[in-house]
Amino acid sequence: MFDFSIVTQWIHSLLTSFLPEEVAVFIECLAIGVCILLAYAIIAIIMIFMERKVCAAFQCRLGPMRVGPWGTIQVFADVFKMLIKEIIAIRHSDKFLYNLAPYIVILASIMAFSCLPFSKGMEVLDFNVGIFFLTAASSIGVVGILLAGWSSNNKYSLIGAMRSGAQMISYELSMGLSLLTIIVLTDTMQLSEIVERQADGWFIFKGHIPAFIAFVIYLIAGNAEVNRGPFDLPEAESELTAGYHTEYSGMHFGLFYVAEFVNLFIIAGVAATIFLGGWMPLHINGLDGFNTVMDYIPGFVWFFGKAFFVVWILMWFKWTFPRLRIDQILTLEWKYLVPIGLLNLLLMVIIVVFDLHF
Amino acid sequence: MKEILHFLSEAKYSSFIIKIVIMTLNLIVFIVLALFIGVCSVLAVTTGRILRAATYLLFVLFGTAGIYFQLNYSFLGAVQLLIYAGGITVLYVFSILLTSSQGDKAEPLKSKKMIAGLASTLAGLGICLFVMLKHKYLPSKFVEGELDVRTIGHTLMGMDKYQYVLPFEVISILLLACIVGGIMIARKR
Repeated sequence: MFDFSIVTQWIHSLLTSFLPEEVAVFIECLAIGVCILLAYAIIAIIMIFMERKVCAAFQCRLGPMRVGPWGTIQVFADVFKMLIKEIIAIRHSDKFLYNLAPYIVILASIMAFSCLPFSKGMEVLDFNVGIFFLTAASSIGVVGILLAGWSSNNKYSLIGAMRSGAQMISYELSMGLSLLTIIVLTDTMQLSEIVERQADGWFIFKGHIPAFIAFVIYLIAGNAEVNRGPFDLPEAESELTAGYHTEYSGMHFGLFYVAEFVNLFIIAGVAATIFLGGWMPLHINGLDGFNTVMDYIPGFVWFFGKAFFVVWILMWFKWTFPRLRIDQILTLEWKYLVPIGLLNLLLMVIIVVFDLHF
Repeated sequence: MKEILHFLSEAKYSSFIIKIVIMTLNLIVFIVLALFIGVCSVLAVTTGRILRAATYLLFVLFGTAGIYFQLNYSFLGAVQLLIYAGGITVLYVFSILLTSSQGDKAEPLKSKKMIAGLASTLAGLGICLFVMLKHKYLPSKFVEGELDVRTIGHTLMGMDKYQYVLPFEVISILLLACIVGGIMIARKR
């Protein structure tokens, strides 16, 4: 398996050969920042295209077909349109907060995005409290949404923001519980270490019943966390025009839109890393020939394959189920998912204590 | 012999230079964070709009988390982000959204209140300065690398000396009381 840290080590030694250490580190930090932003934008474009095509497939349509082969240039055209649109200032609104809100949302999203381990040796933020930091970073996005709704000076926006806040705070709980279930099994929170521990089987197989329950809970809660699928009532267009980003135009709206899609990718990426082994190939104990063949497929192919598979499942949810009411959403979370999550955590503790996992 | 001495002094000198360069980089980061925290905290108390004050408070908490990350204590930094920035600030913003309407502004302060506030601020500053200048700091012992989560967990839940299971449990009882109290208030018929 190719270790990407060889490349980063080589760049580091090259830079330190003619520059003092601090300047080299500074330049590396800048380069990594640019790389993350580029990857962020590219993944957003891929996700938007995928959403359109998957949606079209579920509704027996073709989706965008006119611009470029199979409509592949369509998203670039849309991005260009978004970039040249005017950013409108709303009268009697708090200009400072109104302009700040999309950046808080995108900041939280980028911080969470840079925690994902894409391939072996290719993780940017790799603290030993990795998962904890990831949940912490993604929880900041709620502030941006609440500020956006309030500062737009619009009743629909405010209602959308309140719904969104209530929903995201609630579902963070069962998301944390399902992640905690797997941490009990791994006894580490460092994301690269978690991937390494799955070399002899992914956690969804190693932790069998509780891991699978946690996976399902994580998918439901993650879907609600990014305000999508059957849980999209913060921006339910038939009731609230567009929820908290009704009044935003141009690239400010674009930032919300991009953050929503990349947040979906982050949810899928975390699910792939924690339950499905991240960049770790499919290994079966005892079949050494099979394992070596699997090792020839590079890590990032595994990671993106798994992540986009989870994305596809979440899109399937979105285009299949009808929207829930707000009381149904809160009932589902507080009366069903949280108790099931707590019991599942207990079950996982019992399984780990009595060593019943694989 | 002379050569060796010369070499030693050279080595010492170069390591000193390296130390100074590392110090300056750390210092620059610290100064930027400190200025950010200072400016935002002043703005948080001087602004007239309550939601802006909450936003500046969020920035102050970000800056504090940044200092924890600079000290390589990523656990405390993540806790700061999760509990203060992602939890308490959201709670503040939520309650402000529920209670105040757009365009609410704080009244300008009366001179009496202004004097009282200034006096208490100066008193607080005096106490802080007194403690900081009077206190004899132990020589700082900086451990390279991150603190292991396992150590934090054992310290939090252990029952030996310098371990904190009793405060932990007492805090959980406090939280339980808060939850029961909240339900009591919300369900009053």
